Amino acid sequence: MLYGTRLRALSILAAVTLTAGFGLAFFYAPMDADQGFMQKIFYVHVPLAIVALGGFVFGGIMAIQHLRTRDARYDLRSYVAIHLSLVLGAGVLVTGSIWAKASWGHWWVWDEPTLVSFLVVFLLYATYQPLRFSIEDPERQARYASVFAITAGAFVPLNFLAVRLAQAYTHPRVFATTDGGLPGKMQLPFYLCLIGMALLFATLWKYEMASKHTSAQLRSLRRKLGGDDAVAPQGRTAAPSLGTSS
Amino acid sequence: MTDALPNNTGYVAAAYLVFFALVLIYVVIMAAKLSRFERELSELEELADERIEEREREAVST
Repeated sequence: MLYGTRLRALSILAAVTLTAGFGLAFFYAPMDADQGFMQKIFYVHVPLAIVALGGFVFGGIMAIQHLRTRDARYDLRSYVAIHLSLVLGAGVLVTGSIWAKASWGHWWVWDEPTLVSFLVVFLLYATYQPLRFSIEDPERQARYASVFAITAGAFVPLNFLAVRLAQAYTHPRVFATTDGGLPGKMQLPFYLCLIGMALLFATLWKYEMASKHTSAQLRSLRRKLGGDDAVAPQGRTAAPSLGTSS
Repeated sequence: MTDALPNNTGYVAAAYLVFFALVLIYVVIMAAKLSRFERELSELEELADERIEEREREAVST
């Protein structure tokens, strides 16, 4: 399978959608009556958080596929999705902290469920790479990592529910059916930013997959041309090893 | 309506900068990987050329 297919089109689409979303957020969406200009952080922070959490769930789904089929490609897909979501998750925590400082005057507020629950999920997934690295046998590593990804992936929707059920509402309730939802002129930029962020995630995921796949192909080519001696021993790694026939 | 509200432009700029910096770091990492692939590919090309030359020499000698 070639992961680089349609990568250029996807990259352009992600860039255009995100630029349009941010443009509308600044020049079309009305200023928030309560928070003023600082509410513009919402358009980068919330889509980033939703996509990061979605990425964790996607990693869990790929892990289920891995356990069902024992196909190493699904383990790699799960690994890359979780790895990317962790990077985005770091962005969520930093932008969330900046928003907290601007809103409440503190970089971190421990009694705010939105921040703390995301931190819990982030720290949970921060153990994913060390877990993989601690297991030397590649097959066992992949199996244990998949079990972790499924269990942790199931925890993510619970986190989302807990935040929505929490009393101290701070962020606007985007999908609320009663009062408190986003006004119409804020919805368009928000959804555009969300789609753009999802496209960015898909683009980076495909880039990473293409990179890992190319690396495995190069290794296989080196072995074919120079024999086993030409290939340096891989050593212990947290990343899944990909079969070159895929 | 919004004139009385604090501006906080710096915080908004900082949040967006964090996002763009993340993407930029990712692009830099990808660029480093790409240049490594390019280097490896040229090494493999040299290796393939050596193999072809060896075969040609063997063919001439036999």
